[in-house]
Amino acid sequence: MITLYDYELSGNCYKLRLLMSFLGIDYKTVPVDFYPGREHKSEWFLKLNPLGQLPVIEDDGLILRDAQAILVYLAARYDPSRSWYPLDNPALLGEVSQWLAFADGITSTSSAARLHDGLFYDFDIDAARAGAHRLFRILDEHLWFGEQQGRNWICSASHPTIADIACFPYIILSEEGGIPRQDYPAIRRWCDRVKRIKGFTVMSGVFPAGPGKIAA
Amino acid sequence: MATRCVDRELLNDWHIVADQESLSQDAPFATRLLGVDLAVHNRSNKIEVVRSDTGATLKSAERYGFIWVCLDKPWRDIIYIPEANEADRHLVNGGSIAVKVSGLRAVENFLDMGHFPFIHTGWLGEEPHTEVAPYKVEITPQDEVVATECKFYQPIASPTAKEGFIVDYIYKVIRPYTVALYKSNPIQKHRLDVITLFVQPVDEENCVAHPYLCYLKEGMEAATVRSFMQLIFAQDKPILENQVPKRLPLDPRAETPIRADAVSVSYRRWLRDRAVTYGAIPAQA
Repeated sequence: MITLYDYELSGNCYKLRLLMSFLGIDYKTVPVDFYPGREHKSEWFLKLNPLGQLPVIEDDGLILRDAQAILVYLAARYDPSRSWYPLDNPALLGEVSQWLAFADGITSTSSAARLHDGLFYDFDIDAARAGAHRLFRILDEHLWFGEQQGRNWICSASHPTIADIACFPYIILSEEGGIPRQDYPAIRRWCDRVKRIKGFTVMSGVFPAGPGKIAA
Repeated sequence: MATRCVDRELLNDWHIVADQESLSQDAPFATRLLGVDLAVHNRSNKIEVVRSDTGATLKSAERYGFIWVCLDKPWRDIIYIPEANEADRHLVNGGSIAVKVSGLRAVENFLDMGHFPFIHTGWLGEEPHTEVAPYKVEITPQDEVVATECKFYQPIASPTAKEGFIVDYIYKVIRPYTVALYKSNPIQKHRLDVITLFVQPVDEENCVAHPYLCYLKEGMEAATVRSFMQLIFAQDKPILENQVPKRLPLDPRAETPIRADAVSVSYRRWLRDRAVTYGAIPAQA
């Protein structure tokens, strides 16, 4: 069975819990005391991941780190529909990779702001927030133009991909870092769509979508 | 610019400003208490807390794994937690978390059972079990607000709970920014697990929650106690940070209570009677 080295309040760990929930995969977790215990910097954990970062998974003897890399692996191996990571579509795969890298940028800005505000991390908060707003503006425009063309998701497909999962957590948690989403209506609509994907699950700080309106 | 506190009740009391575990030897930890910027130094394990404005070293202490400070002359001692002396308990710092709201709001939220099914869905409550049964509120001879006979159906009441059951709670507001919860232990039913929430009033609209957990060890690991506390508290955080206004209104007409809010009504009145204004919107005379 897949083992996830997990911390409840980590958006990067949440990405994997989300995908595994969408795919209906069973897994077990090993809780890592990220805060205040700093167990991700402990000797035993550094043997799993010398970078000292969560998440890590272990599956059939394979040890893998980095949320985006693990999303790729899990979707490629366990999604029989081949939609979350569309292996048969090179152009779409390229798009997915592009937005996975973008998601890393969201982590280094929006997630950093959240760690600064909530858990006392010594980061440049103004730079973190400004960086997040820059990325949110780009994504909001991208999603808005997509909606005009009838596209609901980040990549050019009629279904969500792991790019949506990778971008979601630190966007939905952005207010904890003092980054409001009022100015990003297309992002807000997209967040609601993600929350309505079958199998969606929450983490602490994320709430489910309200009940859908019945069409008149 | 943060407002300075004028409440003697708070200035002459002890407050937590840091958890010992997170302090580094290399750099001082910057924080703020009642609008005053502080630096917590940890030089070869000797703690020193210095005001940034005057450079004065403040009266500080170490207890329960936290650093405590009093900005003026302390009128009383740090809160005594008898359960912290019991050898068969885990004594765990739950992880200090900063919240962008008045600390009085954080205390009040801690006292509220009504939100369990909606905010802690699947853990401390779930629909349709939304009713808060009547409970008793009184002021103790020690001048604390106590709510007893609190009962609530909880699907996963504790880290080791396997099924839902009706949980018994006692709440106690010990000081304006300190509140404790006593919860029946699932194994030793006659004994209580204790969570004390020490809230650091950073300024009037910001606080740090320092939870201190005294859980019976039997059938429980310390790390599990901590992660459960964080799971629950992180569900409250966005709700707290979206409360408007950020300070707690003490005017009885400002926010409409229902019967389930009896303890909160008493808490607000108790704050008024003690002339606590910091972090509050005082009642109009």
